[in-house]
Amino acid sequence: MTEEQSARKEPAVITVKPEWCKGCGICVAFCPKDVLEMEGGTAKVLRPDDCIKCMLCELRCPDFAITVE
Amino acid sequence: MFNYLEYIRESNFPHIWCAGCGDGIILKALIRAIDKLGMSRDESVMVSGIGCSSRTPGYMDINTLHTTHGRALPFATGVKLANPDLKVIVITGDGDATAIGGNHFIHAARRNIDLTVLLYNNYIYGMTGGQCSPMTPVGSKASTAQHGNLEPSFNTSGLAIAAGASFVARTDVYHVQQCEKFISKALQKKGFSLVEIMTPCPTAYGRRNKMANPVTMMEWLKDNMVPVAKYDKMTDQEREGKVSAGILCDIDKAEFTAEYDKLIKKVRTE
Repeated sequence: MTEEQSARKEPAVITVKPEWCKGCGICVAFCPKDVLEMEGGTAKVLRPDDCIKCMLCELRCPDFAITVE
Repeated sequence: MFNYLEYIRESNFPHIWCAGCGDGIILKALIRAIDKLGMSRDESVMVSGIGCSSRTPGYMDINTLHTTHGRALPFATGVKLANPDLKVIVITGDGDATAIGGNHFIHAARRNIDLTVLLYNNYIYGMTGGQCSPMTPVGSKASTAQHGNLEPSFNTSGLAIAAGASFVARTDVYHVQQCEKFISKALQKKGFSLVEIMTPCPTAYGRRNKMANPVTMMEWLKDNMVPVAKYDKMTDQEREGKVSAGILCDIDKAEFTAEYDKLIKKVRTE
């Protein structure tokens, strides 16, 4: 197993910076595993165990507010 | 996780762009491209004109120049000619590049000067209140076209190719990996390189055109950006409302600063 493959097996740590998130909902709409939801105007991580680390939320977040580790 | 913080002026965040504006997505793609290419920020300059797109350099920790409306390309040309070893990136919008800066745009492409131009196309003048730009599609509503725009829009990428650019590509912020790839290719090209990036403006364009929700605008990009190979085989009817995406031109030709350098050497030896 390569280093990258084993890193993918580790549970994801998804962080949303609420003071930068403007609540556009792009991350929530295009997450293939429904990990995120909108709550109180910002994105919230509700099902981190389902995350497959595709990184699309981080790539498409216009506000630099989401990171996936 | 990519560490964007290393590349941004964090004190200017959160940025000024509206919720769902794609400009932040482009900035991140540019940062990743610069990082992966290992470019020196000390030897790179970002130049912009006026508009939402042109706020980009203000958020980036690099040498930056925020200039007058439509005049990013003349400033960038001056920077490049003064020191051709610098990597010069121009950030402009559809209004900035094709309306007030239209003439500069075609002549910079004609000269084939080594600049990397990222043209954020959001179909509208966002910052000034949603007026039509030369790239607003026919039928779309704007604050200056309450009943729908009558004027056909520019094919800006086609214009750049016809004028003499070396590298021209069109992409969008939904297809974010492609966006990064094309920016990276443009940065590596010697000559005038244009990446036209379709980006949503939910506030000034979307609200007037039944796409107020940022997600709806992203879905529009997902559904209507067509790979150029497929687009070329489509009938006019099928092309209605679709936009081609891909590398539209990639040729090697004489570059202006290199030619200028040769001329200086020639004149000095005569």
